[in-house]
Amino acid sequence: MTDTLAAHEGSYLEYEGRHKGILGWVLSTDHKRIGLLYLSAIMVFFFVAMTLGVMMRLEMLTPGETIMKPQTYNSIFTLHGVIMVFLFIIPAIPAVFGNFIMPIQIGAKDVAFPRLNLFSWYLYMTGATLAIISLFTGGGAADTGWTFYVPYSIRSAQNVSFTTLAAFVLGFSTIVTGLNFIVTIHRMRAPGMTWFRMPLFAWGLYATSWIQVLATPVIGITLFLIILERLLGVGVFDPALGGDPILYQHMFWIYSHPAVYIMILPAMGVVSEILPTFARKDIFGYKQIAISSLGIALIGYLVWGHHMFVSGMSDTARIVFSLLTFLVAIPTGVKIFNWVATLYKGSIKFSAPLYYVLAFIFIFSIGGLTGLVLGALATDIHVTDTYFVVAHFHYVMFGGMGIMFFATMHFWFPKMFGKMYNEKIAVIACTIIIVGFNILYFPMFIMGYMGMPRRYYDYLPHLQGWHILSTVGSWILVAGIVFMFGNLLYALLKGPKAARNPWGGTTLEWRVSSPPTVENFDEIPVVTGGPYVHDKPTYIMQPSKELVHENGDKLKGETLKAH
Amino acid sequence: MEQTHESRAFGTENHSHTVGYGTYIMVWLGLVALTAITVTVAGMHLGSLTLLAALTIACIKTSLVAYYFMHVKFDNMVIKVFIAVCLLIFLTFWILTFSDLSFR
Ligand SMILES: [Cu+2]
Repeated sequence: MTDTLAAHEGSYLEYEGRHKGILGWVLSTDHKRIGLLYLSAIMVFFFVAMTLGVMMRLEMLTPGETIMKPQTYNSIFTLHGVIMVFLFIIPAIPAVFGNFIMPIQIGAKDVAFPRLNLFSWYLYMTGATLAIISLFTGGGAADTGWTFYVPYSIRSAQNVSFTTLAAFVLGFSTIVTGLNFIVTIHRMRAPGMTWFRMPLFAWGLYATSWIQVLATPVIGITLFLIILERLLGVGVFDPALGGDPILYQHMFWIYSHPAVYIMILPAMGVVSEILPTFARKDIFGYKQIAISSLGIALIGYLVWGHHMFVSGMSDTARIVFSLLTFLVAIPTGVKIFNWVATLYKGSIKFSAPLYYVLAFIFIFSIGGLTGLVLGALATDIHVTDTYFVVAHFHYVMFGGMGIMFFATMHFWFPKMFGKMYNEKIAVIACTIIIVGFNILYFPMFIMGYMGMPRRYYDYLPHLQGWHILSTVGSWILVAGIVFMFGNLLYALLKGPKAARNPWGGTTLEWRVSSPPTVENFDEIPVVTGGPYVHDKPTYIMQPSKELVHENGDKLKGETLKAH
Repeated sequence: MEQTHESRAFGTENHSHTVGYGTYIMVWLGLVALTAITVTVAGMHLGSLTLLAALTIACIKTSLVAYYFMHVKFDNMVIKVFIAVCLLIFLTFWILTFSDLSFR
């Protein structure tokens, strides 16, 4: 077949199958092209939501009205949250890099259900379109905050139904992708790729996928109930009709706390890829890191009540949830210590991706530890619904997932596009981002402690100094981000050709060409060892030409076995 | 190899199982009987036990349906484990939510 021949030789970027031009992309079932479809959409939403964030900070520059009216401010922080959470943070790493890299890492030619994969992108775009439509229809953009708490979300005159419907549809996209990844990881690993020879990014995605499949339906039905309440007044949450508003918070956080781990686990997976690559050393405690992903996923289900300590929940529940929350620190600590131990006595090469990872470890640790302040019942009551919470989750979400998204971009950019960026500029941009990030968010810890409530349009004059500092930080941060993406964009257009393995990586994606061919591999490789072995090859890339045992080991002087 | 072994177990679902109509009718009769018990229990004044009884019976009925009508009985181990995990998590949601509701 001439088709297959071309598939083996050309890169996936140039390949022309049944459809050409733009149709060759939006109708493609190639996991790599779908990854890039996601990337382009996600980048747009990231910049939109970032702009909204900058506008919020600008409004907070002075007390009273600065650039917008209170109602606009309410809609803007809602949009910022909804877009960032549902359209960027949750899908970014799994949908873009999970799609692109994971099948190659486990030695597969595609995901298990390529068409379902494309369908899930369309679901994502449908949800996004609904979210955009909600801005201009009905009463205008929702103003409830991204949590859609009742009773306000039932009473609000804004277009809450449409926004929740958008999140509902996006949920299906998440579930479908999760299901696809679970099946792919179970069924499509190359011969010899046992569970404990699987790269840790794949492990992170595996744990994430389970949360996506098991928890997302809960948010789907919860948001759907909001719509029903608004349209039909069914009374599940409305106390006047015998409902329970706290039940809404339970149902919302049953999903949304595990969702925090949907956001962070794939990012942690990438950390575990980047560190052994640049430390030139096998990862420390492979099994512990792999299992701790599952541990985090599991305990993550049991802690949602920590968002509800002041909601009027029973004391028993508060104590139980507080205790369980502290347990999450254990598997997280296992990861952090193993990462640091991986660096210990490694021959470290300071490349751009490693800089971003080190920034992540620093910032994420602050985010994680301030989480304990919020997990403890007594201190939580003081800082509930203040800027302390805002600072905490930006350190965790943005500092964790966001920074790791940047790291991931820099790590796999040469592989995805076959181009190399200017590393010096990438490192400078990273520095600007870290500085801006901390100036933007650290004052929020202090303001929160001083009593600055979140989601308020106005504030008392004595807080203005901190607000100004924070707003200036947002400018520095945005400058850094624009600089960073500018560098990548330039590389995309004019960068030099990237090598097959620019970082000295040891996992399978570094054994295929940059950019990969349409089918990834000429032949499904055979795996003979762990993923981070630096001193000897652990993959046989063309088993039919090399001598291979049934168990994956190379034969020595024995007869060739057709594979 | 660990992987091939697992794939084999996963892929070869036994399609040859035949269940007689007798079994289905027995299960159905069981379901009807349980429904009758649910209705009867709802009529008695058992206080907070009413809810517990209704939920227990509902659980038994669901298991019967899943096990026989949805053919879980004939599926291989992996599927059974997956279903068990889902149910366990669902149960956890319930217990933890009731740690609030029952003590408020
Ligand atoms: Cu939480």
